This record gives sequence, C-alpha cells and structure tokens, in this order.
Amino acid sequence: MSVATPRLLDGIRPGRPLTLGEHLAVHGPPAGIDAAAIIDATDRAGILGRGGAGFPMARKLAAVAGRRGPKVLVANGVEAEPMSAKDGVLLSRSPHLVLDGVVAAATAVGARDAIVCVPADTPDVHSALEGAIRERDWHKLRIRVAPVRAGYLGGEETALVRYLDGGPLKPTFTPPRPFERGVRRRPTLVQNVETLAHLALVERHGPGWFRELGTPTSPGTMLLTLSGALPQPGVVEVPGGTRLVRALALGGSSAADVKAVVVGGYFGAWLPIPAALGLALDEPELAPHGAAVGAGVVAAVPDWACAVAELARVMSWLAAQSARQCGPCTNGLPAIAGALERLAAGRAEPGARERIAHWAGLVRGRGACRHPDGAVRLLSTAMRSLEAELRDHERHGPCDACHHPPVLATPSVEAIAA
Amino acid sequence: MTHRLRVNPIACSAHGMCAELLPERISLDDWGYPIISDQEIPDELLAHARRAAAACPTLALLLERDETTDR
Repeated sequence: MSVATPRLLDGIRPGRPLTLGEHLAVHGPPAGIDAAAIIDATDRAGILGRGGAGFPMARKLAAVAGRRGPKVLVANGVEAEPMSAKDGVLLSRSPHLVLDGVVAAATAVGARDAIVCVPADTPDVHSALEGAIRERDWHKLRIRVAPVRAGYLGGEETALVRYLDGGPLKPTFTPPRPFERGVRRRPTLVQNVETLAHLALVERHGPGWFRELGTPTSPGTMLLTLSGALPQPGVVEVPGGTRLVRALALGGSSAADVKAVVVGGYFGAWLPIPAALGLALDEPELAPHGAAVGAGVVAAVPDWACAVAELARVMSWLAAQSARQCGPCTNGLPAIAGALERLAAGRAEPGARERIAHWAGLVRGRGACRHPDGAVRLLSTAMRSLEAELRDHERHGPCDACHHPPVLATPSVEAIAA
Repeated sequence: MTHRLRVNPIACSAHGMCAELLPERISLDDWGYPIISDQEIPDELLAHARRAAAACPTLALLLERDETTDR
C-alpha cells in the first residue's frame, strides 16, 4: 500500500492499527465544534460520499438533523464491492479516524446510537475496530460493531438498514428513505467509513484546508483501490481529480499493456485505454463517458485478457447478486449475462448484441434499488468500446485469450457466505 | 394538482391487469412486468388510472400526487 498524498492514511503502520495515542500524535485532537458548525464546515468543504453514489455529505447530515426524535448513525464499512479494499485498510490501520468521524457525524445529526458495519469475514478489521472502541470513552454515544454477512447489496443503504433490523440484506421500496425511517424506524444517517474519516479531518482543520487539495468539484483527497492486472495493486490516497494515467502509475503500470480500466466499481464504467488515460477522477470529466468516481476502484484489464470473457463473467456475477425482488432485475440481468456467456463461447443467437442492448434498456431504472442500473452502466460502457471484440466472438467463437485466468475479481458465493 | 403512476417493483408480480386497464400509459416488458410512462395522468384518464391501481392484486401500482411541480 503506498501513500501518494497522506491525509487519511497519514502515519499508518504496517500490520497493525494506530493506537489512540499514536492517532492523536498524528492528527491532533478533534476541535469539538457544535452540530451547526460541523454541518456548515462539511457543506463548505464539499465532502462527497465515498461509498459509491458521491452524494454531498452535508445534505445527508442536514436531512437527518432536521428530523424529530432520536437518530441512528450507521457507518458503512461493509465494502461490498469486490474490487475495493480501501475501507478495510482504513478501518484496520486508522480506526480512530473513522471513530472521530462517527462522533462528529453523530453530533451533527443528534444520534445517540452508532453502528459500525464491517464484513463478517474480516477478523482483522473487526478486532482493530473493537480495540479502538475500547480505548475511548463513549459516555454520550452507544456504539457497536455489526458484522455483516456481506453480499453485493451490503452497499445499498436500505438493504443494510433492513439487515440491521433483523431482516434479509435486501433493499426496500422507497420512500421512506433511511433518513426518514431507518434502523428501528428512526431517522438514520448511513455514511461510508471513508466519508466519515474525511469529516474527522474537516472537523479539525476546516473546509479551507480540505480544499487545498483536489479540484473545486472533487475537493480533498480520495482513497483508490488499484486492482486488476497491475504490478503493485493496493490502496492509495490521491487528490481529487487525479488522472487515470497517474492512478495506473501508482499501481506500477505504464499503461502500455492495459487495454481498459473499470472505474468506480462493478456499478461503474468500462473505459478504453489509452483513450481514457488523460481523464481526471472528477465528476465533470467522467460524466460524459458514463463514468463516476464511485467507490474509488481503478481496475486494469490487460492486453492479454479477453475483454468479452471478463465482461461476461462479471455480468454473470452481478446477475447472481440480484436480491431477486424486482421482476426486471431478476429476469433481465440473467438474460443479459446468459446471452453474453453464449456470445463469448461462440454460441451467440442471431441478433444477440441487439437483444442484450434491448434487455439493458428494460432493466435500467426499474428496480427498487440501483443495482440493475449499475450493472447496465458497466455493460453499456463496455459494449461501446468492445464492439469489434464482441463481433469477433460472435463470428469465430472463443479467442486465444479466453482461456487466461480471470482478472476482474468475482468472489464465489461460498466465499461471500464464509 | 397533477398525478403520476409509479410501481412498487418489489410488490409487483406481473399479473398484468394494469396494462389491460390503462394501455394508454402502461405496457408490459418481455417478462410481463409493467413499463409505466412517467407522463402526467390527465384528468380524462384519472378514473381509469384509479381503477388500474385498485385492481392490482398486489397493490403494487401507485397513483401519486405529483409533488415535483410544487418545488
């Protein structure tokens, strides 16, 4: 793990979390400002959610703060995105920074209960967090760690709320959204752990300091998980607006042997290389390409891999992640994935590409959650740049590269349940 | 005041009654699930829209007052 611009990752030690004493020596104590000041600082800093949606944090804080009665804070460290590792690194190396963010967000919205969600299969994250919680005094806040038997929908806030209330990890129909009615029917702020860590530093140093790095539309820093075929995969911290060429270089790659990157996550975009190398990880530059910063994933697809086989495998995995609650997603994603798998194997039905595009249109925007939209976003950005490869497989069957080992991570269902 | 139709996709189980009762605004996809126009429901269709919503066996079709026009 390398640190290009350390803020969140400042002072971290290999192999163990910072103690409270070390954490305070690195970051100094929290400023202790009040709720209104926290929301105002967050607003002026322009902190964007790092869980995937990139929603402005200040608006979520204000929405929950404005509700009546006791509130609940859910810190989401489930990191459901298989290519992402940043939340685990943050929680296992600098848990106190996340906890400072939990305290600040709870203060901002008036929450007396906080739940930190972590994956059930990461004991090091769990123990780092439990250890850090025990080092502190929690007189005003009841805090607990909730291990989540993660599936992809652990990143979806209504699914997480339902799970925390004893239900399945499946989204609910909205409204009500969690800020209106969440855990135990209380107004609930669900915020990614990296977002909370940024808040911890803005609470200390203010919005002006935060904006010293990054761009006006992507202020501050962000954690990236560099994965796929890279010489040095891992988690890095970079200023907002960092270009993809720089992100790949931090992963030890000159990009010479990379043909595409998946940006954001599996709900993100497939961007061709070298065309995308100059793009900045910044909303205004990414949006015209159907991409977004998302959860900060940059995954490299190398020249030696078969892009069609990779795409088919990822789409099958995404189809399997459906909660199977909504008809278009339950039927559409497997239809798309199946057609792609057959196409990759050289057994495409006539008009397969047109039918895949037709089903993509039927799935988009028709779920209770955004899972189908995200899956189709990856699909449509990929199909745009893979036209030649798709046609080639359609006509001639599997290519030589089809038999290489998979590059993009698709954990087995057993691994998720373990 | 304007009205719009929305479906609760979790509750919907593709009975398809809505598309029969309100073909002006609702069609069915490849799997029998409703595709609902996001256009406003004009006054002359309002009674039909109410009937379609009431006829849904899973109460998945919602006729909602459009609040976006107030903002």
